[in-house]
Amino acid sequence: MTLTEACHTRMSSSIAPHEPLVAAPAAATQRMNIVIVGHVDHGKSTVIGRLLADTHSLPEGKLEQIRAQCELNSKPFEYAFLLDALKDEQAQGITIDAARVFFKSDLRHYLILDAPGHIEFLKNMITGAARAEAALLVIDAAEGVQENSRRHGYMVSLLGIKQLAVVVNKMDLVGWDRGVYDGIVREYGAFLEQVGIRPACFIPVSARGGDNIADRAAHLAWYQGPTVLNALDQFHSEPPPIALPFRMPVQDVYKFTKQGDDRRIIAGTIDSGAVSVGDTLIFYPSGKKSRLKSIEAFNRPVDGRAEAGWAVGFTLQEQIYITRGEVATVESEARPQVTTRLRVSLFWLGKEPMVKRKEYLLKLGTARVTARIEEVLRVMDASTLDATEQRNSVQRHDVAECVLRLDRAIACDVAADIAVTSRFVIVDDYEIRGGGIVREAMPDRQTAVRDSVMLRNYKWEPSIIQPEHRAEKYNQKAALILITGEHESDRKGVAKALEGKLFDDGKVVYFLGIGNVLYGVDADIERKQENRLEHMRRLAEVANLMLDAGIILVVAAAELTQDDLEVIKTAVQPDWIETVWAGDNITTDIACDLQLPGGAVPEAVDRLKAHLQDKGVIFRPW
Amino acid sequence: MAETMDHLDQLENRSVHILREAYANFKNLGMLWSIGKDSTVLLWLARKAFFGHVPIPLIHIDTSFKIPEMIEYRDRLALEWNLTMIYGQNREALEEKRTFPDGGVDRIACCKALKTDALKHTLSGEWPRYRLNHTKKTYELDRNTEAFTGVIVGARADEEGSRSKERYFSPRNAQSRWDVGDQPPEFWNQFKTEFAPGTHLRIHPLLDWTELNIWEYIRRESIPTVSLYYDQGTGKRYRSLGCYPCTHAVDSAATGVDDIILELRSGKFANIAERSGRAQDKADGGGLETLRRDGYM
Ligand SMILES: Nc1nc2c(ncn2[C@@H]2O[C@H](COP(=O)(O)OP(=O)(O)OP(=O)(O)O)[C@@H](O)[C@H]2O)c(=O)[nH]1
Ligand SMILES: [Mg+2]
Repeated sequence: MTLTEACHTRMSSSIAPHEPLVAAPAAATQRMNIVIVGHVDHGKSTVIGRLLADTHSLPEGKLEQIRAQCELNSKPFEYAFLLDALKDEQAQGITIDAARVFFKSDLRHYLILDAPGHIEFLKNMITGAARAEAALLVIDAAEGVQENSRRHGYMVSLLGIKQLAVVVNKMDLVGWDRGVYDGIVREYGAFLEQVGIRPACFIPVSARGGDNIADRAAHLAWYQGPTVLNALDQFHSEPPPIALPFRMPVQDVYKFTKQGDDRRIIAGTIDSGAVSVGDTLIFYPSGKKSRLKSIEAFNRPVDGRAEAGWAVGFTLQEQIYITRGEVATVESEARPQVTTRLRVSLFWLGKEPMVKRKEYLLKLGTARVTARIEEVLRVMDASTLDATEQRNSVQRHDVAECVLRLDRAIACDVAADIAVTSRFVIVDDYEIRGGGIVREAMPDRQTAVRDSVMLRNYKWEPSIIQPEHRAEKYNQKAALILITGEHESDRKGVAKALEGKLFDDGKVVYFLGIGNVLYGVDADIERKQENRLEHMRRLAEVANLMLDAGIILVVAAAELTQDDLEVIKTAVQPDWIETVWAGDNITTDIACDLQLPGGAVPEAVDRLKAHLQDKGVIFRPW
Repeated sequence: MAETMDHLDQLENRSVHILREAYANFKNLGMLWSIGKDSTVLLWLARKAFFGHVPIPLIHIDTSFKIPEMIEYRDRLALEWNLTMIYGQNREALEEKRTFPDGGVDRIACCKALKTDALKHTLSGEWPRYRLNHTKKTYELDRNTEAFTGVIVGARADEEGSRSKERYFSPRNAQSRWDVGDQPPEFWNQFKTEFAPGTHLRIHPLLDWTELNIWEYIRRESIPTVSLYYDQGTGKRYRSLGCYPCTHAVDSAATGVDDIILELRSGKFANIAERSGRAQDKADGGGLETLRRDGYM
């Protein structure tokens, strides 16, 4: 059986034309998001415009208003103008940005996103497609499969949309010829198979004439499958992924004490799974643990359980310090990935190519980290699926497989396990320029240290005193100030002077020379390069204890490298660390928050103090 | 929260997520409250998002041509719900009578002066803002003149063409202008939360709601609304609230929320656009796009 035949049999056996699948209007409380995609000018907006007109979904007088306007400007009437509302769109006869359109069938409500087909507006197409559950892809029968028919098909698959119906439009232009239709079914069907999509059907239509949109076409008697309207109703609503492990990226921790509310509420939207009161939660990447005490809500009855899709809030039994960017999980379920190296598939939309050695911002869930390309494994032209190996950059509209290296570890999942928590975007110069999914979490140098830190956090016995209470009492934020520099530099002089100055200001501050750790805590390990990682780990663990006590800790150590810093950041909350280089020349690869030129110590201390004020570690008296 | 989500649950939870994203990412965040049904639903959603509290100041642009009942209702809820309430207006235009009701200018110019300009300069802090003192129950000059960098607005995509193309997080340049031809992408649950100095963002948590959804939600949650929306025995009511010289009441005998929902579902307004009662939309052939590019809500 050919694909066309398969398509026909499946469809003709399912329903008779014009008969809605389910008659019950009770189901109309469901809404489905659909995106309509395809090459420029193939008739997407016309399909939707016609669908609205033929199902009487337009506001009264709307059609007449557009007809009158077209006449006034002596332009031919276009159904597309119902959606292409912008002046530039009507002037140029193209869609620039995706319009949201509301319409309802007998079965359910729809939000249809009418995406633009022009390559220039690919970012707008993806914006529309990323919120859809199913897609209609339009192909002009006369022009056949074009570059963006394929590119959009591929994007749809990358965005995780599994349901797709192909609309073969403008059949009037090819004399309603079945052969043309069959050719497109064969060619495009083969392409979709390559990108892993099984289309629900291929529908021959003439959008302009309204054939097979809401009403059956007389010219297309050879086709018994669904109309566009039927095809929409045959898509099924995908329920939220409740059966998967529980994942909730922490959006915020609220405490509205001033309003007389003492609840400390962890807020977020549940991406997958479910959670119940009494469950033991583990937050990643920190590995911290607590039990779920209560689920909180305003003007809504609360029960003891919450599921995927809900924006919730809950309180914890044991008060642990967590912040936005952590992911809440349930202890008894599969753990998420935690790493600084990710193998990803990404699409790039920036006018400037994405290049190596440049810093980008990666946002995944509620985490936000600096990211760099470590390696470009493969670049693919999304419209031909032709792959190029060995490239150093990703050009606009390319899809690439890369290894990304992150500034600090995040928690995520791989796309094959949990799609929602595998999705990320890349920001450059304030704009989202790309997006993608995580294919694999790769090991990094800190893996072993991270595991021990997560176990430590898991086993951690929390104090009844909250970090913010300590901060309030001491009038400072706990911080690790790492002062490094060349061996000859006066980092110790600066560090000790800073300690003295802050102490005089009434701060709780402590100076720790690296030697104080090396010959004490580290007495059992040799001072060899191969033990450097363990030395750093122990230094960081000592620092972590002091920071937990609310102290500002000033550490002086010679020639710290980025690698050293990575280890320290694994064990100490990264935003609590300030790195300072003392001296004119930075001789290692470390990224510093502040550089102090060599010379007078008092000046260096003043600059350091101002820096700490800027960072909010200590407060600036006004 | 384990029952299957219906469409109102889906809309509510998405909007709550967006509000929390806005709150987490913007230090100077404000929310426009026009007193109408949409922004009141928005205010209610903020109480959902923040568990009964509204940690975001509410900004009202007072054109002075609002129906008096709206102002009473605003101040009553502000006190009752413990809201940080701020208002601003174009005092110069009002004093010089450069308004449509005073016969000074046409509708579009009036909207620009009393709404767009007033909004722009109230947000930037250049013009005076007045803040409600909850103890004295009066408005006082607000000493805080910092610019708002994020502004939450209750626009809906189904209102008109240019709104149907909006983003949830929509950037505005230093002049409050909207570059509708080149909007930033927005994928999944990721929005534009980074912005260059001098620019700000409009945040639209209600984009996916229709007028019907708004009323269904008002009914479900029993959200208090102004009585102008209901027929009080005259056979007329307001479907959309604006300034009285430019917003006309519609013929309707709907006396409550249930009646309104019926009208919208299958009754007389099922196929009639909401803003058909707003005169300024018709003044410019291209609809509201021109006004909105320039900073109109
Ligand atoms: N002959 C014929 N022309 C059609 C048909 N459907 C659409 N068209 C014409 O094709 C042109 C493009 O239609 P649009 O609906 O604007 O195409 P689009 O895919 O939305 O274009 P973009 O959004 O800009 O990518 C218009 O002039 C339509 O009138 C059809 O069934 N038959
Ligand atoms: Mg179009």
